[in-house]
Amino acid sequence: MGRIAKYTRRGFLGLGAAAIGGLAVGYYYYKKPFPNPLEGMVGAGESTFNPYVIIGADNTITIYVPRAEMGQGIHTTLAALVAEELDVDFNEITVTQSPTAPAYYNEAQLREGAPFAPYDDGFLAESARNVFGAMGKFVALQSTGGSSATIDAYVKLRESGAAARLVLVQAAAARWGVGVDRLTTGGAMVHHPDGRSLTYGELAQDAAKLDAPSAPDLKPKSDWKLLGKSQKRVEILDKVTGGRIYGIDMQLPGMLYGTVVMSPRFGVGAVSADKAAALAVDGVTQVVDIETTTGKGFGIIATHTWAAFQGAQALAPVWEDAPYPPDSAGLMAMYDAALDAKASFTLGGNGDAAKALQSAPESDVFRAEYTVPYLAHSTMEPLNATAQFSDGQLTVWIGTQAPGVAQMRCADLLGIETDKVTVHTLRMGGGFGRRGEVDVPLYAAALAAKTGGKPIKVTWTREEDTRHDTYRPMAKGRFAAQLAPKQTHAALPRAIDVAVAAPSIVASLLTRTFPGIPAAGSDRSILDGAFGQPISWQDSRYSAHQVEAPVPVGFWRSVGNSVNGFFHETFMDEVAHQSGLSPISMRLRMLHDPRFLPANEIMTKVAEISRWREPLPDGVGQGFAMTLSFGTWVAEVVQVDMRDGPVKITNVWAVADPGQVLDPANFKTQIVSGIIYGLSAAMMQEITFANGQVQQGNFDDYDAMRMAQCPEIEVELLENAAKLGGAGEPGTPPAAAALGNAIFAASGQRLRDLPFGNTVDFY
Amino acid sequence: MILTINNRTHEVDAPDDMPLLWVLRDLLDIKGPKFGCGIGSCGACTVLVDGDVTRSCQLAVADVYGPVTTIEGLPEGDTLHAVQAAWVKHDVPQCGYCQSGQIMAAVALLRDVPAPTDQDIDDAMSNLCRCGTYPKIKAAIKDVAGV
Ligand code: FES
Ligand code: FES
Repeated sequence: MGRIAKYTRRGFLGLGAAAIGGLAVGYYYYKKPFPNPLEGMVGAGESTFNPYVIIGADNTITIYVPRAEMGQGIHTTLAALVAEELDVDFNEITVTQSPTAPAYYNEAQLREGAPFAPYDDGFLAESARNVFGAMGKFVALQSTGGSSATIDAYVKLRESGAAARLVLVQAAAARWGVGVDRLTTGGAMVHHPDGRSLTYGELAQDAAKLDAPSAPDLKPKSDWKLLGKSQKRVEILDKVTGGRIYGIDMQLPGMLYGTVVMSPRFGVGAVSADKAAALAVDGVTQVVDIETTTGKGFGIIATHTWAAFQGAQALAPVWEDAPYPPDSAGLMAMYDAALDAKASFTLGGNGDAAKALQSAPESDVFRAEYTVPYLAHSTMEPLNATAQFSDGQLTVWIGTQAPGVAQMRCADLLGIETDKVTVHTLRMGGGFGRRGEVDVPLYAAALAAKTGGKPIKVTWTREEDTRHDTYRPMAKGRFAAQLAPKQTHAALPRAIDVAVAAPSIVASLLTRTFPGIPAAGSDRSILDGAFGQPISWQDSRYSAHQVEAPVPVGFWRSVGNSVNGFFHETFMDEVAHQSGLSPISMRLRMLHDPRFLPANEIMTKVAEISRWREPLPDGVGQGFAMTLSFGTWVAEVVQVDMRDGPVKITNVWAVADPGQVLDPANFKTQIVSGIIYGLSAAMMQEITFANGQVQQGNFDDYDAMRMAQCPEIEVELLENAAKLGGAGEPGTPPAAAALGNAIFAASGQRLRDLPFGNTVDFY
Repeated sequence: MILTINNRTHEVDAPDDMPLLWVLRDLLDIKGPKFGCGIGSCGACTVLVDGDVTRSCQLAVADVYGPVTTIEGLPEGDTLHAVQAAWVKHDVPQCGYCQSGQIMAAVALLRDVPAPTDQDIDDAMSNLCRCGTYPKIKAAIKDVAGV
């Protein structure tokens, strides 16, 4: 374990630029760079080299991390990328959240939005990724999501560190009159061969005047001191002392407190509300109407949060009827209709699966249907934001995965210019994809406009949070496979035909985030986790049937992979059993593409560590699943024990290959976290509708796994993949299928609909 | 009314039925106890009241029957409590939001059962963690207990 870096919360304390002060020099490797936002923040004696580094004359080195910390350890990993090339140790740096600025756009997140499998490097695939990436720069999305933060930063941040180190060495060489090649660095200093040294701080002002190289050489992996090794999380001390680091801990002088009561039926407003009753609550000062692109309803302004919550209850609004099928069954009928209609688009595939299945005798065809429900994100910290609107300027303090978008939309709402909006990104008590949405900052801005310039912290109740999520979509899969003719022993299945009905997340997101932009093109998330997987078929087809359902849907940890990881991997388990083959050995034999090597290795490894082939007692079973998502290849085996009746999940073994592991301990932690997140959903979570609104509200009816239910989890990491993959999400997709397949192995009962808790009891 | 919190007395002016959690957070600016559910389910708001593990969102301020300890009251000066130190050693927190509650529950468990079994830990540690830090919490508790 490395030493812990200092960790500051400059932005949080509201000190900002003025308190820090300095001097700036640009270094960029983009053709038309965005300005370095740190230039306006440097103080006396400080120099900035690029949007990630400020060095003070006293040798304090501050690394600005542009992505949001929501528990995934990204501040630590991103700081390590810069520090490695700058040649400084963790105890020589201070890590802090960067300001909101276009320079920090996340190209990788949009690149992987292009509809090609991650191993596909063909010209078309690459150019599509480039177009999507360029779009990221265009809209300057400084977002955190899609497990993309490290991928985006991997070269960019190391180059930033390397370039800063190079100009520091050049400045020392000039001062001493020696060649740069005679100088070395270490301990945040440049060393002369005769034993003299200058600190980076002593060189910073000279160095910042030099032109930095645009593509400096990077250290070979073998020279890494920080990367590839486990580091302590930079913010750990705050997190064991109850540190006031989250959005919900915001406190400002004269601050008011608020909450929201938004229509639980989408797209409609209130018929009536008892504002007088709300105002009669001790501490409630105002009830205001809210109407934005994300919903209609009310805000309560009060002198403390508890009063606001009570006011919200007293308001008891009556809402307009839902202009859509009001219950889950009615919504599911839209899915069946979509599956019966022509496909919206197909992705991937080879040969002619439709023909293969039509011409095969029906006895050789295996069919199955699967469903998954809507899911809420249920972040541990309920949604909240603090806002202040005074002198035509809006300031928002919020744990957000997309500060740039929040800035833009809040400016629109209040009719002010974007540069009149400042967004401070705070630590998040969980994100999982929910905290990129604009509703939270918009409602806070709407309330801040009514407080006469006073700041207001707007905290949602857990019920409001659960009932106004942007849900993981409900989905239905219709799968068919052509098996080998029955008489052929241990022969592989030949063809697969996949049809998935789900709404477009991108279209849903655009209507509430960028209402002016039409949602063109195919949303690959409908098929993510099904198409482009490491599996070879004689014929295959993957068809998306887009459903125009009214429920707002959004990015939920691993997005479409969470849906199709379950569908596809359950189906493959069924196909293996139908074919009389062991699920893992069948899959090992279906890798006829050299690019699938990582799949071969993770499956072999997971079979080994789970002792897959060893016999188990009756009532105990193991299930296998594998999904490639966000560039990381993950195989999981779940073991359940049903000898006492209820399902007890006893063990999970996972093997993940992200190509390059930058922080092994943190990477494993992320995989474990993703597995528990996926198992929680598979066991017990579903969002259902009645009367046009969500029925669940709090942890009593939308719970997650607790300590007593948590299995032993063992994770191994491999590095065979050609590209760097993400950490935060890829652990989730195989979890549900591996669990269902284990229940089948233990009991013979095949479960095709999530959550399993509707059919079997869990310990 | 007068509350003793972390060995300091505080005079508060609050409605009788206001939950202790909101008195701590909004009136006294003690932000360690977190709001998670408000129904006594998640444990993010866990504090000790007269030594008892208490979900502070469920205790009306008028019913507070003894001195209150929040996570802010655990360290002795600059020295972390043994449970907090074990949390650092095992790198337990991810988002960290549930951890003040987890740590308070663990402190009480280890005080009452110095060498807990897995079953003891499962029974006492019912707090929710959406990041899934349970394996590390268990390891850290066992480390403190030396079991
Ligand atoms: S906030 Fe008190 S138990 Fe959840
Ligand atoms: S660490 Fe995030 S909820 Fe527990």
